[in-house]
Amino acid sequence: MGKLSPRHAVVDSNMCVACGTCADVCPTGAMEIVSGVFAKPTEEKCVGCGMCAKECPASAIRVEVRS
Amino acid sequence: MKKQQRHWYYYLWIWSIIYFSLGFVNILFAWLGLISFCLPLIFAIGGGNKLFCNRYCDRGQFLRVMGSQVGLSLRREMPEWMKGKAFRYGFMVFFFAMFFNIIYVSWLVGSEIQGIQEAVTVLWTFQLPWNWTYSAGITPWVPQFAFGLYSLMLTSEIIAIVAMLIYKPRSWCVFCPMGTLTQTICKAKYVPTAK
Repeated sequence: MGKLSPRHAVVDSNMCVACGTCADVCPTGAMEIVSGVFAKPTEEKCVGCGMCAKECPASAIRVEVRS
Repeated sequence: MKKQQRHWYYYLWIWSIIYFSLGFVNILFAWLGLISFCLPLIFAIGGGNKLFCNRYCDRGQFLRVMGSQVGLSLRREMPEWMKGKAFRYGFMVFFFAMFFNIIYVSWLVGSEIQGIQEAVTVLWTFQLPWNWTYSAGITPWVPQFAFGLYSLMLTSEIIAIVAMLIYKPRSWCVFCPMGTLTQTICKAKYVPTAK
């Protein structure tokens, strides 16, 4: 497994409307829509670029520094 | 990083233009709008997913193209109340109440209790003459339902475009009644799996 990016996307599953905009814009294909309920990033693929957070219409995604 | 692919479904925005153009010529084509009601439900009930919203929604693709590619969106943040559950579920109930009213009015016309209204009603208020799209000879409830459905589709398209222009491109998706309904179905079917 590769080294994880220092930043990553975090999804608020209560706010997420599962529209798929984040998955569409993610340059690494890290975002997936889990069973039509919420979006979830694959940690190994997420580079924390923030494209998903920028495009999310529900403001359900933020980029955080990994703890 | 992965190269952005151009999937075939990125071009489904063309269907939105075709649909509204066909309804401008012959109102009976408005019946095709039922595709946008049935397909999301088939995906949600049959597959437990929102693949229609994620990929195959012509309106979603239209808003993406106009908002992101053409750059018509101001990209402001939506007010919190518009993203809240009360507004989302409230709008869904209102939208489906209007849909069932269309069915009811079609039944009234079919029962000859009421005459056909050859008009498209925008935003549930403004009646636009649309009589050239209809010629008599068909069972009246069929074009009546078409006028009603076209009105609902056009109204929701206008709301979606206004939301796209002011807020982020796919802001309509936040309170889309079909999206809210299918997510509710998916939530009911969802079984969390431990990773």
